Amino acid sequence: MKAFAQLFLSLDETNKTNEKVKVLKDYFNTVPDTDKMHMLALFTGRRPKRQINSTLVRNWAVEASHIPAWLFEESYHVVGDLAETMALLMPQSNASSSKTLTEWIAEINALQDKTEEQKKEWLMESWAMLDSQERFVFNKLLTGSFRVGVSQNLVIKALADISGLEPAVLTHRVMGSWLPETYQFSQLMEEQDAEANISRPYPFFLAYPIQETSEKQKTPAEVGIALGDAADWQAEWKWDGIRAQMIKRGGEIFIWSRGEDLATEKFPELHPFLNALPDGTVIDGEILSFQNGQPLPFNVLQTRIGRKNLSKKILEESPVAVISYDCLEYNGEDIRYKTQAERREVLERLQSETQYPEVFRISSLIQFETWEQLGNIREQSRAMIAEGIMLKRKSAAYQVGRKRGDWWKWKIDPLSVDAVMIYAQKGHGRRADLYTDYTFAVWDGDKLVPFAKAYSGLTDAEINKVDYFIKRNTIEKFGPVRTVKPELVFEIGFEGINKSTRHKSGIALRFPRILRWRHDKPKEEADTLDSLKALLGE
Amino acid sequence: MAKKPLLEFTDRGIYCAQGKFYIDPWKPVDDAVITHAHADHAYWGHKHYLAHHLSREVLLYRLGEINLQTVEYGETVLKNGVSISLYPAGHVIGSAQIRVEYKGEVWVVSGDYKVENDGISTPFEPVKCHHFISECTFGMPVYQWKPQVQTFNEINNWWHNNIENGLATVIVGYSLGKAQRILQNLDLFNGKVYTHGVIENTNEALRRNGVLLNPTERITQESLKEEVRKGIIIAPPSSVGTAWMRKFQPYSFGYCSGWMAIRGAKRRRAADRGFVLSDHADWDGLISAIDATGCECVYLTHGYTATFSRYLNEIGFNAREVHTLYGGEEDPSNLPEGEASNAGESEKKVLPLGENLGGVS
Repeated sequence: MKAFAQLFLSLDETNKTNEKVKVLKDYFNTVPDTDKMHMLALFTGRRPKRQINSTLVRNWAVEASHIPAWLFEESYHVVGDLAETMALLMPQSNASSSKTLTEWIAEINALQDKTEEQKKEWLMESWAMLDSQERFVFNKLLTGSFRVGVSQNLVIKALADISGLEPAVLTHRVMGSWLPETYQFSQLMEEQDAEANISRPYPFFLAYPIQETSEKQKTPAEVGIALGDAADWQAEWKWDGIRAQMIKRGGEIFIWSRGEDLATEKFPELHPFLNALPDGTVIDGEILSFQNGQPLPFNVLQTRIGRKNLSKKILEESPVAVISYDCLEYNGEDIRYKTQAERREVLERLQSETQYPEVFRISSLIQFETWEQLGNIREQSRAMIAEGIMLKRKSAAYQVGRKRGDWWKWKIDPLSVDAVMIYAQKGHGRRADLYTDYTFAVWDGDKLVPFAKAYSGLTDAEINKVDYFIKRNTIEKFGPVRTVKPELVFEIGFEGINKSTRHKSGIALRFPRILRWRHDKPKEEADTLDSLKALLGE
Repeated sequence: MAKKPLLEFTDRGIYCAQGKFYIDPWKPVDDAVITHAHADHAYWGHKHYLAHHLSREVLLYRLGEINLQTVEYGETVLKNGVSISLYPAGHVIGSAQIRVEYKGEVWVVSGDYKVENDGISTPFEPVKCHHFISECTFGMPVYQWKPQVQTFNEINNWWHNNIENGLATVIVGYSLGKAQRILQNLDLFNGKVYTHGVIENTNEALRRNGVLLNPTERITQESLKEEVRKGIIIAPPSSVGTAWMRKFQPYSFGYCSGWMAIRGAKRRRAADRGFVLSDHADWDGLISAIDATGCECVYLTHGYTATFSRYLNEIGFNAREVHTLYGGEEDPSNLPEGEASNAGESEKKVLPLGENLGGVS
């Protein structure tokens, strides 16, 4: 655990990418192979199953810290991270544990069959065995919130440097479902990939935004200058659903979402067409709710994503289909190296042969001659229930991750309203102890009705100013939430708007965020609930 | 009718009606007693100032021509029957707690303080009183300082590694207090100590006051980058991210503050290294200091006042929050520009070579 705790500390001590990679390499070069795989699992979002629920961990931490529970809660709001709060509040210790990361994780996993009392005893003893930095990473393991400020790319870079393998190859090898207990470091490092896990997906290729911020709109002419000849590009609608990779191998099917979650069981409607595909096929596309051949807004799909059990009613109300747009494997061959145009041909052939064209759809290509023309077509995105347009270079291979150059998303402007901030709450992580999470309201007669929460969109300097305002203009405190004097006006952008019975305002927004601070507007000039509802359409 | 308290909290500052003087007032008054020379405690514009001897030169340097009387710790000054005496607060060189007594009733105003002996400020001394007016900048139990020797070991090792890696070393701390504390604890076998003009001006003021500080060299246009790289540069928070600092590239920059105890605050600062080093008392320090006064009532002026007073009341103290404009070391990264003069030090407008600050308005 010492080495793992030190890894965290060293990563915290530098902001420089090269130094972080060096720190990661040093770690890989000093710890046993099993620790390497556990670290890799943790740093790629595969945390151990939570064996003690976090309320219990919290209660026992309060006990070990000898402070009242309310003071523990207040401390948590200042620190913004539960594992760190617990580590800071426990009495200082000079103990240090020589157990490895692998051993600790095995102990945690062994808690599964233990009684609450046994768990508590184990936890109290464990805390007593660790120094404060070790406690911090140990608490991270227990509570499972493992965001480390190091991207997977950096870890892959360190492994690539050590092994001499290509980063893209390694990125692929750490995809999908594997367990650090069974996946061996030597397998990961092999020159040639032996028989790979049949469920393993490919890394997704992600598009780069054409306009970096919504304030800097690009004209079709500017897009033309940046991308060159329109004839080199393939255009499609940018669908607003769940990005997914669908695999048929060895008679089995797998559906992976972009977050690398295996979601096969969530979409039973897709099973027949996937089962009918030839073995050794991998398709990339977007899962959306469809009705009468028309895509439905994202919130319809959202209502079923969270459900554990898909009732008949849900399946009837929001049936899904796939709009496919790429083929990554065909006849068992990885065809990502082929050009966009060649892969498109393969995809079209596969789709034309399906018995399930209502479910296995294909993203139709938008015909255009000039960028000007495409710019006009883009204006119809909202009517198409699309977020804008995707541009793909016809000669490009399917790459790994978010890369500039060959895939671009050209989104439409968000909808927006001017709203008044009325509540604020402290943020987490690097925004700890700063008021960064705001609730916004619009006018309904002479009352302000809350309608959206937003966390992002302001610069650090603006956040500081808003925080300063909030601390000096608090009307009431409800636990961590402050009611703030209604005064500051912000332009709130969002991708879509829908009716909602769960919200006081009667509406729900998709991706609300702050576009800018309207210093020029007094609160009286903020928008009204009626003007928001007018955006609902029918 | 209840007796009027000896000290009251007014919109100008802490006021003694019987003695007709204020303590650390933030609006111009006739008679001001000053705990220490930081900008949120020592404002410009009063007709008369009373402070400790060791604050003398820094006050004159920061506030210009003022009518200043200075005293030694423990010495008594009488104002209309009220006796005033100063006791060490351990916050920075020359910082004092103000003890006020009238007809047997004793009040103490802490200003800012820390209980650990930093080796350069006169160490904190608890003073028995009936009423204690205390800061609580770090009044949360997550703030618990390690002994400073540990932090300085980290700093000296980091400096040493930077030299080996060909990096310049820039260490950031307030110009009065933190800068001298760092200076006196650096391992001078590593190399020479260079200072930003604002810090050197403060050092010079302290040296005029008879304080013995380790040798330093002011950075000027003529300073040779290659020489500076072998030493360490002490710079104020306002220099972070400026062209002045960029000219030392490549460098590693370390930030010294109590706020560095929290990872989030450290990441927000985007310093290469954050060193937990504060001139304020930590959680245990605050409680032990308050306890040692034996006071009947404690008033909390700035910091986590709501949380800390609730806790003190739960463990048997009689504590209340009071509103003041002190915000000493409120995490400066949280302050919007232009508000900085209200808290800590207003060094934003200072020219890089450290011309006289003039009035701090």
